[in-house]
Amino acid sequence: MEYDVVIGLEVHAQLLTRTKIFCACSTNFGDAPNTNTCPVCMGMPGVLPVLNGKVVDFGIKLGLAIHANIAPRNVFARKNYFYPDLPKGYQITQYEYPLCTKGYLDIDLKGETKRIGITRIHMEEDAGKLIHDDCGPNSYVDYNRAGVPLLEIVSEPHIAGTYEAVAYLKALRQLLVYLEICDGNMEMGSFRCDTNVSLKPKGSTAFGIRTEIKNLNSFRNVQKALDHEIARHRQILETGGEVVQETRLWDAVQGVTQSMRSKEESHDYRYFPEPDLIPLDIGTAWTETMRRTLPELPFEKRARFMHQYDLIFYDADVLTQTRALADYFERCVQLLPAPKDICNWIMTEVLRILKEGDIADLKVTPEMLIRLIKRINDGTISGRIAKEVFDAMADTGTAPEEIIQARGLVQISDETHLREVARSVIAANPKEVESYRKGKTGLLAFFVGQVMKATKGQANPTLTNAVVKELLES
Amino acid sequence: MLETARRYRSDGISPVRVVQDLIAKIKTEPYNAYISYDEEGALRTAREAEKALEQNGEELLIGLPIAVKDNICTKGIPTTCASHILANFVPRYNAHVVERLRALGAVIIGKTNLDEFAMGSTTISSFKGPTKNPWDMTKTPGGSSGGSAAAVAAGLCAGALGSDTGGSVRMPASFCGITGLKPTYGSVSRFGLVAFASSLDQIGPMARTAHDAAILYDAIKGHDPKDSTSVARGYRHTPLDGIDLKGVRIGVPQVFFGAGLAHDVERAVRYGQKVFEELGARIVAVDLPHIPYGVAVYYIICTAEASSNLARYDGVRYGMRASGAKDLLDLYLETRAAGFNTEVKRRIMLGTYVLSAGYYDQYYRKASQVRTLIVKDFARVFEDCDIILGPTTPCTAFGLTDMIDDPLSIYLLDIYTIPANLAGIPALSIPCGFGDTGLPIGMQLMAPAFRDDLLLSAGIAFQDVTNFHRVKP
Amino acid sequence: MKITASEVEHVARLARLNLDAQEIARFQRELNSILDYMDLLNEVDTVGVEPTVHTQSISNALRQDELQPSQDLRDALANAPRQKDGSIVVPKVLE
Repeated sequence: MEYDVVIGLEVHAQLLTRTKIFCACSTNFGDAPNTNTCPVCMGMPGVLPVLNGKVVDFGIKLGLAIHANIAPRNVFARKNYFYPDLPKGYQITQYEYPLCTKGYLDIDLKGETKRIGITRIHMEEDAGKLIHDDCGPNSYVDYNRAGVPLLEIVSEPHIAGTYEAVAYLKALRQLLVYLEICDGNMEMGSFRCDTNVSLKPKGSTAFGIRTEIKNLNSFRNVQKALDHEIARHRQILETGGEVVQETRLWDAVQGVTQSMRSKEESHDYRYFPEPDLIPLDIGTAWTETMRRTLPELPFEKRARFMHQYDLIFYDADVLTQTRALADYFERCVQLLPAPKDICNWIMTEVLRILKEGDIADLKVTPEMLIRLIKRINDGTISGRIAKEVFDAMADTGTAPEEIIQARGLVQISDETHLREVARSVIAANPKEVESYRKGKTGLLAFFVGQVMKATKGQANPTLTNAVVKELLES
Repeated sequence: MLETARRYRSDGISPVRVVQDLIAKIKTEPYNAYISYDEEGALRTAREAEKALEQNGEELLIGLPIAVKDNICTKGIPTTCASHILANFVPRYNAHVVERLRALGAVIIGKTNLDEFAMGSTTISSFKGPTKNPWDMTKTPGGSSGGSAAAVAAGLCAGALGSDTGGSVRMPASFCGITGLKPTYGSVSRFGLVAFASSLDQIGPMARTAHDAAILYDAIKGHDPKDSTSVARGYRHTPLDGIDLKGVRIGVPQVFFGAGLAHDVERAVRYGQKVFEELGARIVAVDLPHIPYGVAVYYIICTAEASSNLARYDGVRYGMRASGAKDLLDLYLETRAAGFNTEVKRRIMLGTYVLSAGYYDQYYRKASQVRTLIVKDFARVFEDCDIILGPTTPCTAFGLTDMIDDPLSIYLLDIYTIPANLAGIPALSIPCGFGDTGLPIGMQLMAPAFRDDLLLSAGIAFQDVTNFHRVKP
Repeated sequence: MKITASEVEHVARLARLNLDAQEIARFQRELNSILDYMDLLNEVDTVGVEPTVHTQSISNALRQDELQPSQDLRDALANAPRQKDGSIVVPKVLE
């Protein structure tokens, strides 16, 4: 029996506002417990929420970027349940009238584009943090995170497999980072993902029973958890069983999803409209103001790079991963119109040094990189030496000319000098000379190498090659 | 209040002396009007007031001792809501209204008794025991702001703040022969008022006279950015000399005078109606067809909101925590079982039920829709009249032990007061007579939203030609 | 009978209230009586009527994204029944 996989993804994105959604406490991460709290976010008696306008700004921005409908009238709701990290005993969220509906995100699946629908986006507040004491009978509650603004982004169940799911998440995260509304850090919890998955007989229109998976804190875990869960569903269905509709936790250590043990009946959240917050009207003036702040979106930028700089898809994709990297590239091209060359440098050297880091931390500015490239182009140094200079620049932030000077790296292009060195090398290796003259022309590289060694790598490679060849064959 | 302010200025009496005398009285008061008093803080403020008066400080409230219902947060002073679950809670922040009063130089003298979490109409359900009506100590002062009402009536403060969700300022004002205002919803900040029903609660002034109530209202009203439901639009000033009632149309709905209204109350209210006529007002018959549904609507909406507002009392961050809980669930169950009284639990249960899966549409949504019809009734009626007049309560103060076994019959006492909360309009209760057993009777006046000024000035005009408000228990 | 004893227990559980048998019986009686009274509302035709949550027609109470100093940690924990190293201590959820 062949099955279609149906996956839906729910993302909670922590917003990069300075203050929390309903009070003016800092959203800063990593401060000492309960030092970013006030009576409001701690749910003290008599306190009231006041909405941070910037949260709405960010929500509208995202809504526009995914071509969603922005609700002209927004209402907040209470989701009632008891847990120590939920200070009021309810979460303020949006239920019936969310901020955005009916958007979409186009994702790339190995050259093909697929449109994934986004059902809704709504604003809500985050809960605090509950830390369990493994050895003791207690848990510890920290409310610093309580009240941090979240956008909940719910996809349509349009995703047909694990690869697509990860592609969608990566594209969504990239968009959030592009819009500067979220830092997309899955490990730190600012980009959280829950997924639901079901199988149905291939071609059938009726959906199968779905399970929800929580606790996915990396793309790798999303992939593994989905693969595992899909296999688990398949196994159950193929042996004639029925999938139990439930929430499961991904156990990264064991590599399995576990049913969430809960003594209680499923939650009855008793949603009702939040009486402490008045309705939010969003008119065209507001949305148009936000539209003007939209940057060039990833999809658009990549397409433009391919067209404008004649780059292949893969290269354009890498260069437009973040706005910062794309801007870096374009600044370089502005200084030196050699996009392919610059693209190579960025993709090999820059990204190598950077690894997962932030390009803002790279000591090599576009100006410095271009000056380095120009030194290759004008023959001052060889490409090989340039890599050494680049590493030194990245390490110390020193200008390329200074490094070249200080280390005496100027390429030796003095033909007379090179001939001298070449002659000594040839004289010192009679056996190899004979082999070469007998037909082992591959040994040219050996001689060139020896010249390089003798000149500490500074010999102009092309010139050296020519000189050595000439001498050997004369 | 006016009297005390005059004594400070013309007679040179010191606020410190007044506060000292008052504290001494409070220490031995037999009504159990106060849950706590802040001797040290009050004297400190009184000394500051003394200095301010020496420098001819003009604010009327300087040095005036004001009592605050114990569900309004006062920084550094325990705020218990008359509940075991908050018995040890001391806020580190003031309610907005308290900040206002303090900024104007008023002395916060103490916290008054109430029904636990403001849920009740008798002030019997407090963890500190019932408050007794100064007019007859075997009777209830009404609720839930019974402590504030008794304190004002017994001269144990110059004025007081109460809170009103379904009548909790007006009903005790009526039972205790004083004046109480439930302001327009959104005109007084709820920041720092421990929430009972968020879309209905308002803090209101309680005082001997409408004039005093107007002064207090003026001091506490106005936009507060900390309360999203607080309104910023222009508020009207209350003419403190009263207004000329000639031509003012007073609507009298028949539905307020149906079966269930005690004869002596009706007599007194009709008398009040006549007084207004003699002052030049024109009486108009009006119809409020959805009033009979008010109690049902109210008890669905207020309990639903309350069940959610009281979820935060769980023993985790503040307040009472049950000891010996074996796990988290136990902590919640034991703390809330021991911390809340029966009435509070009853309302939490009802509220949870009407919001629960399968019942939301039938109860909560339905009630919210009927609420709209009540709002529309008032809008329509206020096209034909300026003020609506009727009784505040169906009867005078009843015995402390009456009706305790039948919650529904107590809920039905709120029938006249509930509609104003549902519609968000202002409502004032002023004394208009005495019952067959000599207990005070209150008349209720209602006006469109943000016409608190009209009510207060009509009340002032009424009190210019009557003496009911001057009689002391 | 609108609400059964087991429904009363369920609601009590949702509301985290520990009720003994006596209280359950009492609340069942009282809630039934109150809910019967609420049937009154079925008389009212509410087709097409919007629910009211807010009585004043104001909207957009917003604040700027500006930092205000948070409360002092001592104030945050002043009323905490149990705290340790700045965190509030609660018993674990028993699995």
